[in-house]
Amino acid sequence: MTTEAARGAESPPELVQLLTPEGERVEHPDYDIDLTPEDVRSLYRDLVLVRRIDLEAVALQRQGELGIWASLLGQEAAQIGSGRALTDVDMAFPTYREHGVAWCRDVDPVKLLGLFRGVNHGGWDPKEHNFHLYTIVIGSQTLHAVGYAMGIQRDDASAATIAYFGDGATSQGDVNESFIWAGVFNAPIVFFCQNNQWAISEPLEKQSRIPLYRRASGFGFPGIRVDGNDVFACLAVTRKALEAARTGQGPTLIEAYTYRMGAHTTTDDPTRYRVASELEAWKLKDPIERVKAYLYKNEHAGQEFFDAVDAEAAQLGADLRRRCLAMPDPEPLDIFDHVYSESHALMDQERAQFAAYLEGFAK
Amino acid sequence: MTIMSLSKALNEGMRKAMEDDSKVLIMGEDVGKLGGVFRVTDGLQKDFGEDRVIDTPLAESGIIGTAIGLALRGYRPVCEIQFDGFVFPAADQIITQLAKMPMRSLGAIKLPVVVRIPCGGGIGAVEHHSESPEAYFTHTAGLRVVACSNPADAYTMIQQAIRSDDPVIFFEPKRRYWEKADIDTASTEWWPPLHKAKVVRPGADATLLAYGPMVKTCLEAATAAEDDGRSLEVIDLRSLNPLDEPVVLESARRTGRVVVVHEAPVNNGFGAELAARVTEQCFYHLESPVLRVGGFSTPYPPSKLEEHYLPDLDRVLDAVDRAFGY
Repeated sequence: MTTEAARGAESPPELVQLLTPEGERVEHPDYDIDLTPEDVRSLYRDLVLVRRIDLEAVALQRQGELGIWASLLGQEAAQIGSGRALTDVDMAFPTYREHGVAWCRDVDPVKLLGLFRGVNHGGWDPKEHNFHLYTIVIGSQTLHAVGYAMGIQRDDASAATIAYFGDGATSQGDVNESFIWAGVFNAPIVFFCQNNQWAISEPLEKQSRIPLYRRASGFGFPGIRVDGNDVFACLAVTRKALEAARTGQGPTLIEAYTYRMGAHTTTDDPTRYRVASELEAWKLKDPIERVKAYLYKNEHAGQEFFDAVDAEAAQLGADLRRRCLAMPDPEPLDIFDHVYSESHALMDQERAQFAAYLEGFAK
Repeated sequence: MTIMSLSKALNEGMRKAMEDDSKVLIMGEDVGKLGGVFRVTDGLQKDFGEDRVIDTPLAESGIIGTAIGLALRGYRPVCEIQFDGFVFPAADQIITQLAKMPMRSLGAIKLPVVVRIPCGGGIGAVEHHSESPEAYFTHTAGLRVVACSNPADAYTMIQQAIRSDDPVIFFEPKRRYWEKADIDTASTEWWPPLHKAKVVRPGADATLLAYGPMVKTCLEAATAAEDDGRSLEVIDLRSLNPLDEPVVLESARRTGRVVVVHEAPVNNGFGAELAARVTEQCFYHLESPVLRVGGFSTPYPPSKLEEHYLPDLDRVLDAVDRAFGY
């Protein structure tokens, strides 16, 4: 039985879209957004730069400088749109693919590489950026985000959290529990699901019988599907959902309908499970090209601007490469650091024993 | 001095912690109006409100996962897992997230979360209500694991656990919840450090190592052994991770015989770690191998059989006899 034939499934839903793949601005009755030409140029710059960071990281992995990399290719608009909707007081809980959101939270891109190079498990201070560490176990961070949102409520603060996850994660118990908790406690949270159509090799129909955004109604809060390749729409929809959260109106589920244009990670081979024509179709909906077309058509930017952004991207890539290679390897005794916040007899004992063992080679 | 049951001592300890620090929260299933199925949180919601004593949805992973989020926001959640056998839905959040996140953050994150787990058998319960899952957690780096055995320790240890900046798995011996003792609540000077083991009965001929519900059993065994002219030392470990190794090793070297007692299955249990450590470091002082007494390598049996499964005075003394047979 196909999904379409299943009882309860309905016709495909409408996407919230404010910018067509051809770069035409369209209106939506519920989601308006007022962007100056400077705002749009800034979003374009973000999109191009994070794609360049991603490209450089893939290259670094291919050259053996990173153990693995999870590419965001194709998901730039979903991440920049939602990331730029956040204010300083909001807190983001990412998966391991949120390099674009990290960019919006001012996390130095080289710090993202530490995890993938194997020098640490996460090299930034989440409090400094209001951007939590990457979470690798699928869906776990959604519960952390809800708990954090419950803390915001107890602080009587006007802030929100945003939890990122993918289509595959919606099958996880933790994600469903997080929906229940957020609903019951009316937590100030936005669930931002990037439906990139593929959970490694498994297509959406292996995860869900209904469109993902419709899951929200069963948990008692609104769900919205947005064109995940439309940075304007992602910004507008996320901004409104965050504002609802901050003003006591509770959670929202946003399904950003997008496409993972690359492999799941650099170890994956999508040719084994999906056809090339699918990628070609999505290339026509590229999140960056439509913004470029919009800027051109409306004469908000000329070649000089695009060249300058490209030059900045090239510089960023080169800089990232240089600083990745310069990243120091950790020291052997670092293994024992930070396992506990306070002194711990076993850590002290094992550290001393291992130090003595290493010392033996120095003689 | 106040006479208190172990469950009341935990309750008073949490109350003190909540009074001292407005960031301390209680969360779990039925902890609010009901006061918990064992009444350990009785009255706390009435006095501290629903924002600080949170009746949660019935989802253990959710309890620990949201507690982590609250801790990231600066709170100090004390989570109740209703019964030992129900901790496993939360195991992923405990083992993969709670235990590892501080290290992953290179010290930027502290997670002062306490996970209270009523543990062990002896109350005639249905399955999944009598288990001793401590070894799963002692095997997980990043967690502190403690077990109280008596009202006074329950009172002090819960407060110390809440004050710890690291996650603490806090085992409560459910069959001892109703044991009573006189507790000095006015002073903190008598409090031992959280991770300090205690010699609860000095002895010369053999050492019994126990924690949680088995401490009382070992004390009874030591009293009975007097009749045979044997002087047994009983050590209440109190903390399993970190282990107070010096106290254990000093006793082992002095008596030359060690018997470890716990309710959990012997096979791959925490006693194996104790036996290995004692053997490695006290080899020339030992008169016999370290022996272990515990549950069988079976699922916890139906309650009509639990008296055969659980170590009792006779099983402990039998092991002591065997230790003297070498």
